[in-house]
Amino acid sequence: MSTLLKLDRISHAYGAQAIVNELSLELKKGEIGCLLGPSGCGKTTVLRCIAGFEPIISGEIWLNENSVSRAGFVLPPEQRRIGMVFQEYALFPHLTVTANVGFGLHRSTKAERAHRVAELLQITGLTEVANRYPHELSGGQQQRVALVRALAPYPDLILLDEPFSNLDVSLREYLGQEIRELLKKLNITAILVTHDQAEAFAVADKIGVMHAGKMMQWGGAHELYHHPANRFIADFIGQGILIPGKVMHPDKVETELGTLTGNIYHPDHSSREIAGSQVDVLIRPDDIIHDNDSSLRAVVIHKAFRGAQYLYTLRLTSGQNVLSLISSYHDHAIGEKIGIRPQTDHIVVFDRLNSQ
Amino acid sequence: MKNDFSSVNPAAIPDIQQHSSYKAGYGIRRAWRVFPFLVAAVVLVPVCVVFASFLSLDDEIWQHLIATTLPNLLTNTLWLSLGVIAGTALLGISLAWFTSVYRFPGYRFFSWALFLPLAIPAYVIAFVALGTFDYTGPVQTSLRHWFNSDLLWFPDIRSGPGVAIVMTLAFYPYVYLLSRDAFLTQGKRLLEVAQSLGFTRRQGFFRVVLPMARPWIVAGIMLALMETLADFGTVSIFNYDTFTTAIYKTWFGMFSLSTASQLASLLILIVLVIIVTEQRFRLRMRFSENRKSARVERVPLTGWQAAAVTGFASTVLFFAFVLPVVQLSIWAMDALTVGLDQRYLEFTWHSVLLSILAALITCLVAAMLAYAARIHSDGYTRFAIRLSTVGYALPGAVLAVGIFIPMAWLDNLLSDWIEIISGAETGLLIQGTLTVMLVAYMTRFLAVSYFPLESALQRVTRSIDEAAAGFGITGWSMLRTIYLPMLKSSLFTAATLVFVDVMKEMPITLMTRPFDWDTLAVRIFSLTSEGQWEQAALPALTLILTGLIPIILLVRHSET
Repeated sequence: MSTLLKLDRISHAYGAQAIVNELSLELKKGEIGCLLGPSGCGKTTVLRCIAGFEPIISGEIWLNENSVSRAGFVLPPEQRRIGMVFQEYALFPHLTVTANVGFGLHRSTKAERAHRVAELLQITGLTEVANRYPHELSGGQQQRVALVRALAPYPDLILLDEPFSNLDVSLREYLGQEIRELLKKLNITAILVTHDQAEAFAVADKIGVMHAGKMMQWGGAHELYHHPANRFIADFIGQGILIPGKVMHPDKVETELGTLTGNIYHPDHSSREIAGSQVDVLIRPDDIIHDNDSSLRAVVIHKAFRGAQYLYTLRLTSGQNVLSLISSYHDHAIGEKIGIRPQTDHIVVFDRLNSQ
Repeated sequence: MKNDFSSVNPAAIPDIQQHSSYKAGYGIRRAWRVFPFLVAAVVLVPVCVVFASFLSLDDEIWQHLIATTLPNLLTNTLWLSLGVIAGTALLGISLAWFTSVYRFPGYRFFSWALFLPLAIPAYVIAFVALGTFDYTGPVQTSLRHWFNSDLLWFPDIRSGPGVAIVMTLAFYPYVYLLSRDAFLTQGKRLLEVAQSLGFTRRQGFFRVVLPMARPWIVAGIMLALMETLADFGTVSIFNYDTFTTAIYKTWFGMFSLSTASQLASLLILIVLVIIVTEQRFRLRMRFSENRKSARVERVPLTGWQAAAVTGFASTVLFFAFVLPVVQLSIWAMDALTVGLDQRYLEFTWHSVLLSILAALITCLVAAMLAYAARIHSDGYTRFAIRLSTVGYALPGAVLAVGIFIPMAWLDNLLSDWIEIISGAETGLLIQGTLTVMLVAYMTRFLAVSYFPLESALQRVTRSIDEAAAGFGITGWSMLRTIYLPMLKSSLFTAATLVFVDVMKEMPITLMTRPFDWDTLAVRIFSLTSEGQWEQAALPALTLILTGLIPIILLVRHSET
């Protein structure tokens, strides 16, 4: 499949303040991408650069192999064939649902427009509310209207800015799946922006984690979790704690938890290259299991109920903390010493930061 | 009082309704129910009185009116209204759009500076315009010198279009204020939506932003229109006959109070149409989201576009604010070299005294109304309060007539009674005092002080009341420790607004003041009717300075 969107080392700044720094990404036709990061990391600005609302000071944006933004040139937003769903939806308060959705079809004939609007409303289950005004709709309905309004003129790409932030938490996951199914059914290429990992994992094929205007890693959810490109990703995606260790053998790492065995993954080096060096080992909560018979003991210092499991924070003899997910049948009191055992078959390591 | 938490019996708290002070307050609660209706009655009396005047039609005067003045009044009012609608819409909307979306030289300055004309009473702009552009004014005089001819092409400023231009300059800030609010909250965002749907910026403005902002724009224009219909000073300076001047002339020229009230009732009918329109659009404003977007980057303008916008904004600001202030200062200097008007301090004292009294009374009534609405939040009370606050739409000339008549009747009744009972001849008790004026001011400016107080009182939530009651703080101590501190700044704002409005007020003061009891506004009226611009300049400047206070409050409020 062909590349639909390509951002080649783009930068953006407000005055002297750099907002986006040499950011690159590529999206194929039909793929759903996601920019994930804390607020203020510049992810919405990237979206606005793609839409053509913001200029870039260096780099280049390609859409369908046409250059649409570069230093000193911005193709106006109305000529890009990009639909946008705004965070607060920005529905036209004075127009009905039908008129809102048909708004972008001003170049079509009346009959074409009516047909397209009816079709989209039907797909999204909005036919019943076609003649209502935005203020008469629920939050979820407003969001769908905003989405189909952007979809109506057959855009090449859809941009969604924090599409779920105005909705109840309970609705988000469900609506995320619903939107993913809809976009896949219509074979729409899309990029969404969010600060919520669960949302990103639910909707996107490709996720880019941003931090301070930079792209930290661009890849699938599985890749981000199991092959983090750096410590930031390891810390940001999922839960985990880095503990010191030493690579003994291409598939063995010596740590306070004992000798861990498994495939060793280092973002920049093969396991053979780092044999013998001091590293930090990423320990995820599912890497530590509860075992009464184990001689390795740790003190419970915190616990959080997660339904099927407890997430325990455990302190090892050296004072190092690790996390462990343990079935909630095992209800241990804080301060209690319990037996644990590492169980790893995939070990992520990074260069030791301050190795003595 | 000692706050001993352990001694509070938790079981007692849910039973707070049964608490003895609540039982004792039952009669007081009844009083709070009646109060809004009393105020509504005071506001409605002048309206009823004015309409009741049709019971005694003076045929002779009416035949005269219908034959001569009435058609003229109606066409004048119609043309003036159309002119002000077109003018304020054009200036207000365009300036609001430029200052809320674009970046051009001085955009930050113009954003607030364009509010400044609100500080100048329309009649002051009017007499400055006359004094400056009239045949004998400095502009025409120097042009005549320049061309050495009689300037027959120079338009006569003392004309219908002249009045409309002056009122446009005075009242465009209402449209500017409201449409700017709409544009700032959603203008740029909706423009982006339109662009993402394939419209150019220009198409987006006309097809999305303007229709969306329609409720705000119409509300602003209706405010400007109400001011236009209520205006007395400007039209009388321009000798342009409208209902307000006709009311004045029939009362003080033909001494027919009943004809004056009949004219007033016609004016009320026109105003009613406007109120209904305005209310309908206000309702629609609620449906729109009113959230400021996080960061709205302005669209930079360059080259001739930037120059044109800056030039346009400067021109408006020049004619609506800079020119009047500069011209008044020059005149005031000239007048001062001759010597300070002996009675200037007396007039100022009268204005200030009257304004302070009116501000105190109006705020007290407004605060009581707001509190009544809090105790009884049912539909009847809300209706009574809405009636109480429609006074702002009633032109001062109408209120003057409508309040003077019942007060005079009451006055006669009182003195008759006293004569019967005591045998002493007391003369008139109410006329000749400030009472009529103060009641009229309260009626007209109650809304001005009610709305800030009401919204402030809403911030004191019911749970705050209940929390205080839980500590045993009720009644006066609650007023002192909770309400007053929380309402302090809003009370100040409300009082300031009323103070300034009364300072500027002309028709009520002119028609109902005690004999020879002149204020700054009345003084301006009598001086300008004789063309004494220089002498009127100092009182006018005084009014502008006080008028600046609420503008500063407003700008501060909108900037933060």
